[in-house]
Amino acid sequence: MIEIRFHGRGGQGAVTSAELMAQTAISSGKYAQAFPSFGPERRGAPVTAFLRISDQPIRIREKVYAPNVVVVLDPSVMSVTKVDAGMSDDGVLIINSAHPVAAIRKQYGFRQKLATVDALHIALEELKVPITNTVMMGALSRICGVATPDDVRAPLMERFGPTLAPRNQKAFERAFESVKVEG
Amino acid sequence: MSVTDSTKPVGIEVSLAMAEAVKLAEAEVVAAYPITPQTHIVEHLSDLVANGELEAAYIPVESEQSALSACIGSSAAGARTFTATSSQGLMYMAEMVFIAPMLRVPIVMAVANRAISGPINIWNDHSDIMSVRDCGWIQIFAENGQEATDLSIISFRIAEDKNVMMPFILNIDGFTLSHFIEPIVFPEAAKVKKFLPPYETTHKLDLAKPMSMGLLGAPEYYAESKKATDNALLGSKPYVQKAFDEYAAIFGRQYKLVETYRMEGAETAIVAMGSIAETAMTAVDEMREAGEKVGLVRLRLWRPFPVEEFRAAVRGVKTLAVVDRHFTPGFPEGPVATEIRALMYHEDDRPRMSNFILGLGGRDVPRNHFKYVVEKAKDLGAAGRQGQYEMVGVQE
Repeated sequence: MIEIRFHGRGGQGAVTSAELMAQTAISSGKYAQAFPSFGPERRGAPVTAFLRISDQPIRIREKVYAPNVVVVLDPSVMSVTKVDAGMSDDGVLIINSAHPVAAIRKQYGFRQKLATVDALHIALEELKVPITNTVMMGALSRICGVATPDDVRAPLMERFGPTLAPRNQKAFERAFESVKVEG
Repeated sequence: MSVTDSTKPVGIEVSLAMAEAVKLAEAEVVAAYPITPQTHIVEHLSDLVANGELEAAYIPVESEQSALSACIGSSAAGARTFTATSSQGLMYMAEMVFIAPMLRVPIVMAVANRAISGPINIWNDHSDIMSVRDCGWIQIFAENGQEATDLSIISFRIAEDKNVMMPFILNIDGFTLSHFIEPIVFPEAAKVKKFLPPYETTHKLDLAKPMSMGLLGAPEYYAESKKATDNALLGSKPYVQKAFDEYAAIFGRQYKLVETYRMEGAETAIVAMGSIAETAMTAVDEMREAGEKVGLVRLRLWRPFPVEEFRAAVRGVKTLAVVDRHFTPGFPEGPVATEIRALMYHEDDRPRMSNFILGLGGRDVPRNHFKYVVEKAKDLGAAGRQGQYEMVGVQE
């Protein structure tokens, strides 16, 4: 089982990312669950969402306390939230950032493997809005091998419809191709 | 194509899956007032009615009191009727909740369990349903999304059974079940039609054959009326299992009134209800791995209480760690523990028992809480002490 925690801000699609990844995994024959850190929704406030993917039925409903992977949709949350809380050193953080990995590591002291993608830039070009959810899904899918661009096609169509789905597909694919991982 | 046409597991929010199941059950009337965390169920049902997927009357009302009043009326007129609520909504409809059983109207109501204010809290515990524990409805707790979906269909079958004819509450944990995306296998529509034929009753309001319902129960008849209603509730138990068995024969998923998990040779058993039992199962797996002789007993049916089934499930166990998601201010134990202690009092070989309050107002219930309660219950049992509940993790 892989446990993933998403950090973002209300309105950026952290919850949607977790849900779509779960739906994608389930439609590919895996077991998955997704849920937000429940509470009144507030645009702009730090938001957390949780995702588990497994080859076996998942019988656990606690929050994700020790994630294997953390996805940061908005780098500004890293200065107000300890995004690596509970992670062991062999985890991986996937961060929306245009900055060099070394600079991020120096600023936040992360001990885990880091992957970065300039998600804001891709989102603005492809979606014309600063919503980084499908972009970060692309990065996550590449780094963790949990989905391919083909796997997400139907779930994206279902969620976004024929006008927006192709743009989100493109955003996903660009991140899938361009995410940079250390080492 | 509808999501329920899929023959493969579908990743869907449990609330929406339940609404889809109510569609498959072909409910004829839905009257509801939105309240978190139940809202997505009735919101999705209103979509299904509006887009023509469900041919039903959707009655938007101004309050929960009116919602259940409308449901009682429609069910009394012979229509298959569904509603859903939570917390303050259930409190607001409480007056009508207690009336429905005596009228023998087979309404199905989903309750997405949520704490009662105050302080204001929208998150999950069982204080709403436990506050109407004695309402006289059949009451059941679902563990996961698949069960919530299946029970959304089975509940109509049980409630409308001519030998039952009782209203039915299907409890699902708010958020920790209602708002999870998880894999759901939808039962095939044609098979649901066979399992759940249209609701037929002669006991209804009918202009051609007038009758009265809900009359005054003067001192000469009130006790008889209450006894008759309790007889009906107690008498429903075998029909609950019968419906489960028939559902299993068609759809392959077998449910029981009381579920046990890894109880072979167990010296300590956790007793739990609702969705936390899944986390408890994983905790039991981990404790078993470490050599602990521990198992889990889960109450699916809460009313009528499955007395014999429960006693059989815990036979031979030395220690019970009973989990409550609500407590009874001013009393040493929560409602589930109190009842279980009462049931076991006359048993010759009764276990030691301790009571733990977990997950109030949405406090997360992780695996280590279950490990803690098992250790603590064993210690208390060894010391021969049993008494005041412990609210696990409370900051004092």
